Amino acid sequence: MEIPYTVSARRDTGLWNAKVGIWLFLASEVMLFGGLFSAYIFLRLDAASGEWPHGLLNVPVGTMNTAILIASSVTVVLAWAALKMRDLTRYKIYMTLTILCGVIFLVVKLSYEWPQKFDHFGAFIKEDALGKYEQYLGNKHLLEKGLPPRKEITGHLHNHEALTDPNIKDYEIALDPVNADPTNPAMDRPHFWPIPATDKIATIEKEDVQYANMFLPKHSAYFASYFTITGLHGAHVLGGVLVFCYMMLPASFRLYRHNPEHLANRVEVAGLFWHFVDLVWIFVFPLFYLL
Amino acid sequence: MDATTHPPETHHHDEHGHEHHELGFWRKYVFSTDHKVIGIWYGISGLIFLLFGFSLMMIMRWQLAYPGTALPVIGNALGHLFGPGSMPDGKMTPEFYNSLGAMHGTIMIFAGIVPLAFAAFGNFVVPLQIGAPDMTFPKVNAASYWAFFVGGVIMLVSFFVPGGAAKGGWTSYTPLSVIADSGPNFNPFFNGQTLWLTGFIFLITSSLLGAINFITTIIQLRAPGLTWMRLPFFVWAQFVTAFLLVLAFPPLEAAIIMQLMDRTASTSFFMPAGMVVNGAPMHISGGGSPLLWQHLFWFLGHPEVYVLILPAMGIVAEVIANNSRKPLWGYKSLVFAALVLGFLSFVVWAHHMWLTGMGSAVSAFFQTTTLIISIPSVIILSAFFISLWGGSIRFNTPMLFATAFLPMFGIGGLTGIPLAFNSADLYLHDTYYVIAHFHYIVAPGTIFGLFAGIYYWFPKATGRMMNEFWGKVHFWPSLICMNVIFLPMFLQGMLGMHRRWYDGGQGWGVAADHVWGLTGFQWNTPISIAAWIMGLAQIPFIINFFYSIWKGKKVENDNPWDATTLEWTAPSPPGHGNFLKPPIAYRGPYEYSLPRRGKDYTMQNEPIEASELATAHSARVPVLH
Amino acid sequence: MNNPPDISPVDHETEEYAHEVRRHVRGYLMVGGTLLLFTLITVGLSYVDFGVLFSHLFHVNMSEASGRKANVTVALLVATFKAGLVAAIFMHLSAEKRLIYRVLVFTGFFVLGLFWLTFLAWYDPVHR
Repeated sequence: MEIPYTVSARRDTGLWNAKVGIWLFLASEVMLFGGLFSAYIFLRLDAASGEWPHGLLNVPVGTMNTAILIASSVTVVLAWAALKMRDLTRYKIYMTLTILCGVIFLVVKLSYEWPQKFDHFGAFIKEDALGKYEQYLGNKHLLEKGLPPRKEITGHLHNHEALTDPNIKDYEIALDPVNADPTNPAMDRPHFWPIPATDKIATIEKEDVQYANMFLPKHSAYFASYFTITGLHGAHVLGGVLVFCYMMLPASFRLYRHNPEHLANRVEVAGLFWHFVDLVWIFVFPLFYLL
Repeated sequence: MDATTHPPETHHHDEHGHEHHELGFWRKYVFSTDHKVIGIWYGISGLIFLLFGFSLMMIMRWQLAYPGTALPVIGNALGHLFGPGSMPDGKMTPEFYNSLGAMHGTIMIFAGIVPLAFAAFGNFVVPLQIGAPDMTFPKVNAASYWAFFVGGVIMLVSFFVPGGAAKGGWTSYTPLSVIADSGPNFNPFFNGQTLWLTGFIFLITSSLLGAINFITTIIQLRAPGLTWMRLPFFVWAQFVTAFLLVLAFPPLEAAIIMQLMDRTASTSFFMPAGMVVNGAPMHISGGGSPLLWQHLFWFLGHPEVYVLILPAMGIVAEVIANNSRKPLWGYKSLVFAALVLGFLSFVVWAHHMWLTGMGSAVSAFFQTTTLIISIPSVIILSAFFISLWGGSIRFNTPMLFATAFLPMFGIGGLTGIPLAFNSADLYLHDTYYVIAHFHYIVAPGTIFGLFAGIYYWFPKATGRMMNEFWGKVHFWPSLICMNVIFLPMFLQGMLGMHRRWYDGGQGWGVAADHVWGLTGFQWNTPISIAAWIMGLAQIPFIINFFYSIWKGKKVENDNPWDATTLEWTAPSPPGHGNFLKPPIAYRGPYEYSLPRRGKDYTMQNEPIEASELATAHSARVPVLH
Repeated sequence: MNNPPDISPVDHETEEYAHEVRRHVRGYLMVGGTLLLFTLITVGLSYVDFGVLFSHLFHVNMSEASGRKANVTVALLVATFKAGLVAAIFMHLSAEKRLIYRVLVFTGFFVLGLFWLTFLAWYDPVHR
């Protein structure tokens, strides 16, 4: 006996096997990213006032990447539609576009977004030293306005050796605008267009610092969550791209000649995975970039 | 199919169901995609890991009964095997005791029971019971086995890296598990805890792939006529178990990824601010929460215990029906109880966290759901008990194990009730009471169910019977020893003895209190001796198992137990493609002792005869759903 | 008497569906455009200070914290709407079979349970 319902649906369930399988897999993925999102909720709620950062990510680039992923969702469903309509040329075009979009998404993330973060520095000031650095934090102004306090000084670290050398007693930071001019009302909320670090240098003594590091996963619960979720999401994007590449190999075209509906089903199943990846990003983007 | 109307070539075709092609040895027995071969691989691997995990416990039991003394005969050898920090001069170090404890739990549950109960029995039996030629995704099936293999090997390898295996309990609570196994004496990646986390990812992946396969197979490949309410209860049990695995494992996978990040990338998912270790403040950002790990762990942890029990309940159902020669009582109740059990298992998890400082609202919620979830379990157990009533019972080895399951699981389940109350658990949490409770369910519960299944389906898999006499020699000491081991633990727990003391309570005042004639600490001795005797009692089983594969009594026909379900219509053992002709189900799964049938069982694929629908007063008309 | 459901393979329907697919293409493009538009909308809305806005519009004093909560709510609503479009149209969920719905309903229930109960445990400790 051959295994039935690999291409044709079973009449009473109305489904073919791989469709059931992929939705079950996606259900497990909902729970996986759900676990990470529940961690995000827990950690963010648990953070003391002013300790969960805002406006540290590049929103224009993030928006563009979101648009690219949405576009790739469109192209993949059009690729599937082309297969269903037995238009192989259209299929190849749309599938190539999908792969291209996926690759661009990853390249932007891995060669621009993440390295930009790794290059940035932040120092959390100890509670009892906050007053000492008021000129960079502007907390009096924030308190008057009913806004949460600032506890971190960010910018470009000039003396990287300070991170590892215990003999160096302070950090030299080229301040971000929000710390260079903290009482300016324009600095109260994040901006759409990122403003580069200023030339104003601040010297922060290590003994006043609770914790300092580059914007790495270990920098804060925020960046730990950001890098882990976008990292896992990126791994899924990569996986999807690899599967789509397989769907453009000679073996897949052989399948098309032999049983086109089978290839259409495979593309549909891979497409469902891809849409899910897009769906996760639709939530990741506002939660990390905008809020 | 009538042989006389088909020429010989197509008859040959029908026999194999597809083109005849020979697979080489490696493709046929090692890298197979056939569900039966994969099931057997899972079964043997699971049994080996169970033996290994049990051996870890037998070593621990020496330390508990005679703390600080050298383990005789093998102590020095073990010390050499497990490295310098384990058993110098045959005496166990606290670190090694903790490793044994953590790995005993992890290996028994995730490398032993889950692969055996779910993957092995499920893989072998489910496609046969639903009349399918194989699983819907055979290659994914093979992949799931190899992922399990890699995960299990990583767990074993973790014993032999510097520092030894994970020591933070099978629950791996943070922040201890984040700071453990790190520092100058440990490799940043090849240390016990990090390997535990990595191995676990493979084990989870294996379970997810397997579960997706099971659910799809049960939905899509049921034979014609095999409606949902005609499925054997074993299939329903595996179906619910698969759903638990698919939906509950991933949040733990997310948590494991986060703990790996905490350990390797110095993140602070689970690390609060202000931690000081060995006098030095930790250089981490803080801002994390140890409680977050507990929530994500137990979100899986609770459904996991139903993963451990449901397949065994399914097996017990099959064996009881078969050996009482009457239908299971309350089939519909059993099915709905299993479904409700699965559903509720997702909303009870915080009863493992009563001591974390929960407020009254959230505590009341979880206490309520936890008490409600005891109801379906009681329904299932009651239905099994009632099924025995009025039966014509055959006490062969599978039936002995299946009937012993009932009171053992009863004790385990009932002793869980005090733990469902936040107030009572304030005292009982982390004591031997908890250990006794869950071991009663898993050990004389699940494992007995699995033994029943092995003796029961062995002839289907091999075409030979296991020896009945040695089966009974395996059964009776096992049953007695299980009770001698775990019953006193309830008493030790109620004295207040902690479950993770490496000295067995010798240095603690509560263990010096007397209960039933001995001090809490002194009870360790009879418990340990019973554990070692139980180890010996498994030897006849191991020998019986392997001997019978080649030299066991051959079955006289494909259905040596006179059973009713579809797997018994296939040859014993079944060939590739399973059935000589595709089965069609005409009736329910437990048509034993139908009147006017001439024999006391009717198989599911036997068509309904006119005589069965003869009169309106027929006591047992087959129910057609 | 004995009427279990028909489980034979469905072949011909796939051919018919192929012709229907053409009509869906325009729908896919429109949904794609809508998603892009709402991406821009959600970015824009995230810069709106709801605290100040509500104070002006409704003459109620809304705190900064409540304003931030409003931002979160709005962003999640928009994200849910976008996700719903992807799921319903791109993933064909609006025309999917009952079985898939059931699986997803349970999944949704459990993931929301994970969120809600974890939140509840954080929100309701023994001591505030």
